[in-house]
Amino acid sequence: MNDPGRPLSPHLSVYRWPITMTLSILHRMTGAGLSVGLLVLAIWLISAASGKTAYDQVNGLLQSGVGRVLLIACSFAFFFHLCNGVRHLFWDTGRGFEKRQANVSSWIVVVTSITLTLAYWLVIAGS
Amino acid sequence: MNLRSPLSSVLGSGSAKEGTEHWLGQRVSAVGLVILGLWFMYSMLLLGKSGFDYPDVIHWLGRTPNSVMLLLLGLTLAYHSNLGIQVIIEDYVHGPFLKVVSLISSKFIHLVVAMTSVFAVLKIAFGAAA
Repeated sequence: MNDPGRPLSPHLSVYRWPITMTLSILHRMTGAGLSVGLLVLAIWLISAASGKTAYDQVNGLLQSGVGRVLLIACSFAFFFHLCNGVRHLFWDTGRGFEKRQANVSSWIVVVTSITLTLAYWLVIAGS
Repeated sequence: MNLRSPLSSVLGSGSAKEGTEHWLGQRVSAVGLVILGLWFMYSMLLLGKSGFDYPDVIHWLGRTPNSVMLLLLGLTLAYHSNLGIQVIIEDYVHGPFLKVVSLISSKFIHLVVAMTSVFAVLKIAFGAAA
């Protein structure tokens, strides 16, 4: 990288962006996001264990506008990471690596995770 | 025959031989989290119906099956997250000092989060929540 005269192997900027690359990055991002979700879960639990005052404060934050956006993002991260995680487990059996198969499974994951997130919040809105 | 370069032999920092365990641990916890995660999302759906009121939440958390499932969820999630964040740090944080500091911090934070969750669930389950 320091010497511009040296040849570089083809990298990200050379390729036409395939859907599988988006999914790969999203799997990491949603995974990191869910780690923040774990932190929120721990705060929620410890607040409940600390009494009504502490719990109501945390619950109030989670039910606020910003909290709702955070929870919706967390739920999408969960459904996406779940679907793509199952895709990874399927890959671990040594199948599904053909270009077309990988593209098709990418779109299945995208559509399924968005549908599950929408359905989840529609059920909440309906109750 | 030794295929390593003389420099690499001198530095001696080869594989930690923990790659398989990391890989397998990630998969096994992933399988567990499919069940635990779906159970949690379903439970939140049910709890949400009553607006997450304090007495309802305490009552729900205090029931033995829920306590056990939450303990499993907290521990498995912390374990899985620990493995995942470790890989992210190893990939993106460079420089020996910053890398080691980040990796150790991540371990400590995950342990604190796991212990906090366990303590909270047990405290409620044993009826000690105020």
